[in-house]
Amino acid sequence: MSGSLTTQVGQLAHRSVLRTLRQPAQIVPALIFPLFLLAVNSGGLKDATNLPGFPTDSYLTFALAVPFMQGALFSVMNSGTDLARDIETGFLNRLALTPLRGAALLSGLLAGSVLLGLLQAVTYLVVGLVAGAELAAGPGGALVIVALSVTITVAFGTLGLFAALRTGSGEAVQSLFPVFFVFLFLSSMALPLDLLETDWFHAIAAANPVSYLLGAFRSLLIEGWDLGALALGFGIAATILAIGMFAASAALKTRLVRT
Amino acid sequence: MSGPRPAGVAAVARAVAWRSIHNFLTNPAFLLPSLMFPLFFFISFAGGLAAIGNVPGFDFPTGYTAFQFVFVLLQSAAFGGVFTGFGIARDFESGFGRRYMLAASNRSGIVAGYALAALVRAFVTWTVLTAVALVAGMEIGGSAGEIVALYVLAIFVNLAATLWSAGVALRVRSIQGGPLMQFPTFLVLFLAPVYVPLSLLSGWIHAIASVNPVTALLEAGRGFISGDPTVVALAFAIAIALPLLFSFWARTGLRRAEAAG
Repeated sequence: MSGSLTTQVGQLAHRSVLRTLRQPAQIVPALIFPLFLLAVNSGGLKDATNLPGFPTDSYLTFALAVPFMQGALFSVMNSGTDLARDIETGFLNRLALTPLRGAALLSGLLAGSVLLGLLQAVTYLVVGLVAGAELAAGPGGALVIVALSVTITVAFGTLGLFAALRTGSGEAVQSLFPVFFVFLFLSSMALPLDLLETDWFHAIAAANPVSYLLGAFRSLLIEGWDLGALALGFGIAATILAIGMFAASAALKTRLVRT
Repeated sequence: MSGPRPAGVAAVARAVAWRSIHNFLTNPAFLLPSLMFPLFFFISFAGGLAAIGNVPGFDFPTGYTAFQFVFVLLQSAAFGGVFTGFGIARDFESGFGRRYMLAASNRSGIVAGYALAALVRAFVTWTVLTAVALVAGMEIGGSAGEIVALYVLAIFVNLAATLWSAGVALRVRSIQGGPLMQFPTFLVLFLAPVYVPLSLLSGWIHAIASVNPVTALLEAGRGFISGDPTVVALAFAIAIALPLLFSFWARTGLRRAEAAG
């Protein structure tokens, strides 16, 4: 392998993308499950639009933000499980014998997440719009939604890498799924923050960054261009990405020292 | 010279149940998801969707927390069975299931043991869930007998889900069969009136929920907790029929596992 960073990243990215494409078990649930929940929730919670202050008369439009976050959660599991498998099979140990840089390894491993994020974002958006959801921001908004979705998916993917490097076990990474799900559940997933009546739930949801990630998607779907909401969404995603990369890099150093 | 008497169904069931219950209670990786998932659903639905109780036409007498408690109780009953199915699949994948098959004189006892373990597992979850719901201020309008009837319904749901999952696990004999146990269960649960009563649903979801057997179970359970029993006979007929149906499914699965050696 060439010593240049771009070649290293390219090689690992190629492997990561191929591995993702060759595992329908990773792709299919990440596409189907969020769309199923979208269908059920938008049918079952349709009457929520009758609540005073609900921002749109289409619950489907409101709920369309959620699959993007669920897709990102799948990215935690997929990227983490793939890396854990590399650790369990000794592939990481072999890489440690090469002049590979840590940054190249992590960036390359995230290529699969980028691909999956792109695939998910386009699928969710197309299915949502075909089903009747509105997109107030127009075609430009669609591009921003895809960009935001991919950014969040990659950011969450770094958390999966961190978990894999810390634990070295695919089973341990899988068992973290409920923990990440809590963040989605305790957010403005089902109703806008203003309509969360239960005080403690409102307080948690207001402090939960996922509420603002959802808010960024919803701003494009429901309102049009709200630069404040978008800046907050991209800012939070970038912060998670930076923290995740930093934590994963530190964990990688520790793991390579162990090997 | 006579050897030891072969163990009967009850003895086999007790032994299998004991091992499963011990694994469940002593391994946080099994115990925590069983407790956490229903609690997350309950907190998310009852806390996050409380405003749905203000939707015009929603007139459930004991409030939205009680309304959602019934769904989460039945859901945890079903998923207790599914998680037990995962355990069966894992046992057969690791070869432990084969040892059960060799050792058990009556192999129906193996399935009965797993079903017993699933029930104990569900009782643990329900205890925590009920305690959290009461602390959260859930109102109960039903009598003691009606509340018992609600939990009896949940027991039947747990048994049905266990037998369904056992049938899948004994056929696939690998944890890779997990989605086959989980997804249909999830599907049938969520295609029922989860968030609002059937009368407030419309369109395709109303059409499906109207013929979904889980709808009757939910409506009867919600009737029990609010003290206004409804569709009781239909709900219990379904609750009894499902385990009977899935016992054939589990039994034929057992035959498949026997044939596979």
